Amino acid sequence: MTQQRLVQGNEACAYAALYAGCRFYAGYPITPSSEIMELMARELPRYGGSFIQMEDEIASISAVIGATWAGAKVMTATSGPGFSLMQEGIGYASITETPCVIVDAQRWGPSTGQPTKTAQADVMQAIWGTHGDHPIIVLTASHVRDVFEMTVRAFNLSEEYRVPVILLLDEVLSHMRENVTLPKEGELKVVERQRPKQVKDFAPFGHSEFLALGEGLRFNVTGMAHNNHGFPVQGAEAEQQLLRIMKKIQSNVEKLTLYESVALEDARVLIASYGITSRACESAVDQLRSEGIPTGLLDLKTLWPFPDFLFKKLSEQMEYILVPELNLGQVSREVERAVQGRSRVEHLGRADGSLITPQQIYERVKNQWGTIQKKEVSAHGTL
Amino acid sequence: MELSKTYLRTGALPSVWCPGCGNGVIVKALINAIDTTEYEKDNIVVVGGIGCSGRTPFILDFNTMHTTHGRALAFATGIKLARPSLKVIVAMGDGDAVSIGGNHFIHACRRNIDLTAIVFNNSIYGQTGGQLAPTPPQGKRSTTSLEGNFEPAFDPSHLALGAGASFVARTTVFDFRELQAILQKALAHKGFSLVEVLTPCPTYFGRMNDLRDPYEMLQYIKETTLPLEDVPLQSQTVVSLDSSMFEKRPTGIFRDETRPEYTELYRELINAVSSQKSAGSQT
Repeated sequence: MTQQRLVQGNEACAYAALYAGCRFYAGYPITPSSEIMELMARELPRYGGSFIQMEDEIASISAVIGATWAGAKVMTATSGPGFSLMQEGIGYASITETPCVIVDAQRWGPSTGQPTKTAQADVMQAIWGTHGDHPIIVLTASHVRDVFEMTVRAFNLSEEYRVPVILLLDEVLSHMRENVTLPKEGELKVVERQRPKQVKDFAPFGHSEFLALGEGLRFNVTGMAHNNHGFPVQGAEAEQQLLRIMKKIQSNVEKLTLYESVALEDARVLIASYGITSRACESAVDQLRSEGIPTGLLDLKTLWPFPDFLFKKLSEQMEYILVPELNLGQVSREVERAVQGRSRVEHLGRADGSLITPQQIYERVKNQWGTIQKKEVSAHGTL
Repeated sequence: MELSKTYLRTGALPSVWCPGCGNGVIVKALINAIDTTEYEKDNIVVVGGIGCSGRTPFILDFNTMHTTHGRALAFATGIKLARPSLKVIVAMGDGDAVSIGGNHFIHACRRNIDLTAIVFNNSIYGQTGGQLAPTPPQGKRSTTSLEGNFEPAFDPSHLALGAGASFVARTTVFDFRELQAILQKALAHKGFSLVEVLTPCPTYFGRMNDLRDPYEMLQYIKETTLPLEDVPLQSQTVVSLDSSMFEKRPTGIFRDETRPEYTELYRELINAVSSQKSAGSQT
């Protein structure tokens, strides 16, 4: 029997983690992510898993990585200031090919900023926040049921690719409640940790199979550049290893690209957005369509690796691409780069801690569409 | 001889440690101590931080993890809690443990999670070239305190006592038998155990402080320590173990208490609530 009920974004995230098999959580309190931790603290022991409140976010990500290597599926959640502290551990997880999920419930501004106000300004940090070239996957979600599904996806992808996956929420999505039907057991695909067929002669790095510490192969894990047995290498061999772990992600961009779309077929105007802002875009698209402006929506779920191929294709039919996001220009620059001048790309930002409204998007597109049509008329030489 | 074949990854040798370094002595004492226990090699995890001591995991034939600077205890906490059947040993330097990792250090002591933490205290940042550590007595020179350090020192053992560790001991590489005996006791202890080992770094600490000769460096360690039983009785309180109050640092076992251990308490919690799986979690 499926039952609808009011679920908060953060609750959906925690329930989804349990659904995906998460059995270890380490964290530190921070607004607006704390409900995830509170729920995991309550639920994990009931599932036979473990929760620990650590002394800070550096310790949290470190404990989470340690727990992965002891065999658990793991998650931690935080917000901007804590996410900054976690970058050290994220780099370690990346180079050691450690499956783990890190949730960042974004809030406004650098430093303490405005802890209870929303933003989508950690996208570049999620992609590039730790030092050095490194593989990472960044996902986001735009409604509460979506939070559940993308959390499960985050676990699945981290297992399949042995890479840390960042899930970006934001203050509004984390705290809002929506009437949803949560997936039943078996309804969503859950990827189990892939284990080697035999332990003897197994190389613990270099593929998606994962062997934990204490399972019969006494290997080494290190954040230094290392070979497939976990021992340090330098120079060309280090480069080869780096290229290998980068390629896992780069050569699978199409498979990793998740999105929802509305009315793209005949669209000549594209609104490309993600997360909570996509909700306003949906309303704007309805209004613009009702006035005959051929507008479509792309709601990105995968923010990294960036789906260049998708924008390359879409830019062939779009006169104009608007990228609304709650920052001063982040994903919009990736779109510009991917489009390579084939369409006009504009950013629509907001940084007062409130959401972008459908009206703002509607007005911007309507004005631009007017300009585009005027140009078309004058290009054809008729008035 | 045989023990080194059993417990060392001979392919990972030689280690990065300089001639005259005491780290190898600690590793040897650790191997001897482990050999007296019932633990299987497959069930032992050695976690290291960053620095000279952080290289310990590479040469030991156990499950090993070389982590980030200062975080070894946090990684180890995750490993132990996720798989309590593992015996987890943590190798850290003094800068690793009580400077960059100070926060993790005091909280690991407080939690009383079953980890055996060994601080290789050479009182200097060796791997980065001899900078000031938080541990030497005032007046010691380093590449960042050329005229002598005027900061008061941290005493890792004293810090661990204050933070609530249930087993705390300090010894030196000079007294190999005591080192091995203390490590054996620490390994047998159920809860958080700290073993601080004073170890020579003739390459940097010695060179900067007129103790360039490894023998002189060892003599210095011997002469600046005092067995706990030789410390005047009225001074054997927790407070007076602060080495800043002594010309000589006391060595020996400062605390060995039985207290509820974190993973055991967590197991009790699991047993208590496992029948209460939330109705909200599945619909």
